[in-house]
Amino acid sequence: MDSALFVHRLHFAFTATFHYLFPQLTMGLALLIVVLKTIALRRNDPKYHEAARFWGRIFGINFVLGVVTGIPMEFQFGTNWSVFSRFAGGVIGQTLGMEGMFAFFLESAFLGLFLYGEKRLSPKAHWLSAVAVFVGSWLSGYFIIATDAFMQHPVGYFTAADGSLQLSSFWDFVLNPWAGWQYAHNMCGAAITGAFIMTAVGAFYLLSGKWTEYGRIFVKTGVIAGCLFSVLQIFPTGDGQGKMVAAQQPVTLAAMEGLFQGRTDAPLLILGQPNEQEGKIDNPLEVPGMLSMLTYKRWNAGVRGLDAFPKQDWPGNIPLLYYSYHIMVGLGTFFVAVMVVALFLLWTGRLFHARWMLWVLMLSAPFPYIANTAGWMTAELGRQPWLVYGLMRTEDGYSRLVSAGNGMFTLLGFMGMYTVLGILGLFLIRREIERGPLAESESRSGLHPAAEAR
Amino acid sequence: MAGLWFWIVAVMVAAYVVLDGFDLGAGVIYLFAAKTNDERRQVLRAIGPVWDGNEVWLLAAGGTLYFAFPRLYASSFSGFYLPLTIVLWLLILRGIGIEFRAHIENRMWQDFFDVVFSGSSLLLAVFFGAALGNVVRGVPLDSTGYFFEPLWTNFKLSSRIGILDWYTVLIAVLALVTLTAHGSYYVALKTDADLGRRARGFALLCWPLQFFLTVISLVATYFIRPDIMTNYAKHPIGILVPIVVVVSLAVMLWANPNGKEKLAFVASSLYVTFMLVGAAFALYPVVLPARDHQYDLTIYNTAAGSHGLSVGLVWWTFAAVLAVSYFAFVYRKFRGKVQAGEGHY
Ligand code: HDD
Ligand code: HEM
Ligand code: HEM
Repeated sequence: MDSALFVHRLHFAFTATFHYLFPQLTMGLALLIVVLKTIALRRNDPKYHEAARFWGRIFGINFVLGVVTGIPMEFQFGTNWSVFSRFAGGVIGQTLGMEGMFAFFLESAFLGLFLYGEKRLSPKAHWLSAVAVFVGSWLSGYFIIATDAFMQHPVGYFTAADGSLQLSSFWDFVLNPWAGWQYAHNMCGAAITGAFIMTAVGAFYLLSGKWTEYGRIFVKTGVIAGCLFSVLQIFPTGDGQGKMVAAQQPVTLAAMEGLFQGRTDAPLLILGQPNEQEGKIDNPLEVPGMLSMLTYKRWNAGVRGLDAFPKQDWPGNIPLLYYSYHIMVGLGTFFVAVMVVALFLLWTGRLFHARWMLWVLMLSAPFPYIANTAGWMTAELGRQPWLVYGLMRTEDGYSRLVSAGNGMFTLLGFMGMYTVLGILGLFLIRREIERGPLAESESRSGLHPAAEAR
Repeated sequence: MAGLWFWIVAVMVAAYVVLDGFDLGAGVIYLFAAKTNDERRQVLRAIGPVWDGNEVWLLAAGGTLYFAFPRLYASSFSGFYLPLTIVLWLLILRGIGIEFRAHIENRMWQDFFDVVFSGSSLLLAVFFGAALGNVVRGVPLDSTGYFFEPLWTNFKLSSRIGILDWYTVLIAVLALVTLTAHGSYYVALKTDADLGRRARGFALLCWPLQFFLTVISLVATYFIRPDIMTNYAKHPIGILVPIVVVVSLAVMLWANPNGKEKLAFVASSLYVTFMLVGAAFALYPVVLPARDHQYDLTIYNTAAGSHGLSVGLVWWTFAAVLAVSYFAFVYRKFRGKVQAGEGHY
């Protein structure tokens, strides 16, 4: 591979993957904070107010990291992918522009009010600012997904005389059917991260016997939300994504599933290692006919394998794509299992004393991050070799005049910078968890939270 | 249509510089004007609830630029690859400097983030100035519509130019002084006692520098690009620009020692806006001049398709009204001098 191309791809992949570690928690927590604030307001319960304040502090740290790693993403379309930007900017500029104008303004303006303005606002207005932050972050999610969806499945464009893509229908582009499923699935994924993190912190408090009242609130809220979104993640949203990929990117589906030869009654592969040299799967463990069933609702439906497509249209890194996809699906199944059991225990009133389950919930915290990252790797690796599906190849999109050396320089810089950011972020969040829900109001203003909440 | 978008982007950039400019400037004087921990927290509290929103103007201006002039975005961002990446690193450092300092009450921790915040603010002001200098001076575009500039060559305006040469360094220093003054007026407006007095002192020190650098840079600009006067000659309304600049400088000089903090800040905002509008007016319809003028990027050869641009006008107008109303609301809520014990800074 051309080394400049490789550097630019790695540059984008690294920064995007790192960036997305933060927005998923932002978007998930934004929703759960609204839930906590709503309960607090309706029941006039100072504990829920304090719970919202506690998560607001963690949200704040996470948000800063999301912002500072997000700004480079926006710039990179121009710095590293300038030929792509010239080609597709006339279309995707719409959503990137709208994201800034509609979502980021809303989010950042009201986050300041939510975090620092509680004393200057009425409780209702403070609740409203939490809602505005939620709406802002979920809107920003939509615009960026719609941008990505155009790259996966371009619609609403025409090719202008100079060869660039230009907008032909705003609504076709913004309401890209691909974006619908992708958004629903992705947002459920973000809600899962939020729910698992909230649950894990609650489980930690219950297990260590600290802040147990808050621990119960967190576990309860987290488990209910976690169960709901884990189920939605698989059906209908994951299923919908899969059908869409089967219809629009059949070669991607074949690579994701490790299906080298097409066949009727295609099996669903649970385990096994793709062996590209021999075009087969080593050590397969499979459910016969299941893939045909899942994609086409018939046990004996024919599914096209990689052999049905010219090799130059295959995704470049089939093993990584295959593993990413299987990790995502495997973890998705695990999430449903864990959350259904936890919800059952909660229902029957045993969860808060079932220490083994609390351990499981606490230790599950990293998995949603892995699943979300694996999901994005599936989407992005599966799109290869196309940058804009069927229209522009990845090797044609990068900035020609930015040499591999200059790209490497900034990539290494980002790697160093992000390592420090990651450590700092983990350290500060761990510290907030250690200090617990009441720490802020006690140490900083000396007021009892109930008095402060008015 | 493309002409309208030119002015929309120009005004958004000016809004960014006016808004984020004051918190950058506050960062520049931070280490010197705010001596005690209490004073430092006051400065941070004055900018804390708004700096992120201010920075969004950069993103929104960038997004709007991408939307309206994708070719310009592609050429300029890849051409300015190195300085832009450094700007990104500085923005990262600055963001965490502001936000992470307050999390731990420890002298070493806070000293560290104080320097991170102040140093990155200063360098950002310099880089933004240099960027403006590059856009006015012109870049080595060729027939492909792309270029790549190293950070510096030999500081001369030779055929092999870099981001930094004597002219762009001059503009960078002007930007640094301007934003330092701008931030000082803001700090003076938002705080009182010793801190407010010191901020006013800084603004007073900046004024003569700002005045002389303004004059020198205008002469230098005319010297390297005499064609800068064409638009002013063609459209007499352009005369408004130097008038506002001179008047706002005079108002700053008068208002600051007389305790009219708000007036001084408004004048400084006008100065910043009109300096930028003046530059945009001179360039129009060129958006990125080439050293060899046949390769100039103009609004005509960089704009997106006309359907996209007209659809955009609808949502942009709607979003801009919303955005301005959030800002009005937020600034109203946080108006007045900062109070003690509020927020987490
Ligand atoms: C918590 C995270 C998470 C979990 C548990 C799952 N997913 Fe997922 N998936 C994502 C998080 C995610 C994601 C990060 O949201 C992706 C990446 C891009 C996108 O839009 O969504 C995604 C993409 C994605 C795609 C599109 C790939 C492409 O565009 O080429 C498919 C077909 C699935 N998922 C299917 C599933 C199925 C059948 C699951 C059942 C268990 C599943 N996902 C669980
Ligand atoms: C709207 C959002 C996104 C857009 C528009 C986008 C766009 C791109 C672009 C332009 C590239 C470089 C070209 C290429 O190699 O294909 C890329 C690669 C990549 N992106 Fe994304 N991306 C988005 C979101 C994400 C996220 C959130 C992640 C990670 C969690 C991610 C992971 C990757 C990876 C792993 C690659 C490397 C693929 C490869 O090199 O083969 N992307 N994406
Ligand atoms: C690869 C393309 C991407 C680009 C260009 C991008 C751009 C940005 C930018 C500029 C910011 C900072 C906003 C601010 O200052 O408030 C940001 C934050 C954010 N991004 Fe991304 N982003 C990308 C991928 C994603 C994806 C895939 C998602 C989720 C679906 C996402 C969701 C968010 C959210 C919710 C925020 C605000 C909250 C936070 O910062 O934690 N982004 N992004």
